[in-house]
Amino acid sequence: MKNRVQELRKAKGLTQEQLGEIIGVSRQTINAIEKEKFDPSLPTAFKMAEIFNLPIEQFFFFTKD
Amino acid sequence: MKEERKKRTLQLAFWTWTWVITLAMATFGPKILWAENNLLTALAIGINLANGIGMILANRKLFNHYDELERKIHLESMAFTLGASVVVGLSYSLIDQTNLINADAEIGFLVMFIGITYMLALLINRKRYL
Repeated sequence: MKNRVQELRKAKGLTQEQLGEIIGVSRQTINAIEKEKFDPSLPTAFKMAEIFNLPIEQFFFFTKD
Repeated sequence: MKEERKKRTLQLAFWTWTWVITLAMATFGPKILWAENNLLTALAIGINLANGIGMILANRKLFNHYDELERKIHLESMAFTLGASVVVGLSYSLIDQTNLINADAEIGFLVMFIGITYMLALLINRKRYL
């Protein structure tokens, strides 16, 4: 799955550590999501949507491969 | 979050070390410390078992504090370790039963194999995701 998490996080002026703290995951997990090595759970995606003030489908994009 | 993680890790370390120490006591105590007194041996084994239960609970407590990626890494490592241990453990038992090795198949070797496999699987999975 592709995503715009890094771009949106930086636009909000947050570090990976700060975003992780807010949504209750580690900095490494935020890094893995941004590098698209790991797809987060729905609750985590919804928490991000709340912070970025955007619907999930505007920053997570499903790809078949 | 970090403070809580540190606390739970230290609790697990405490229970693990006391379990190792009580295991050593229960293993070597009957010959070295209390001259095969059955009551003391049973007591040592009971204490070790209680310590083991404490260690399992502390491990569960730490695991429940992991976030979703950490859980995925640990669960994948555990799944691989479980599969590898069953396969290798049974092969090891077979080479003993068929007398392909002179010595008896010791459970200690299997425990060592489980520990090393889990550690390697964790390292590989951390490299994959982090």
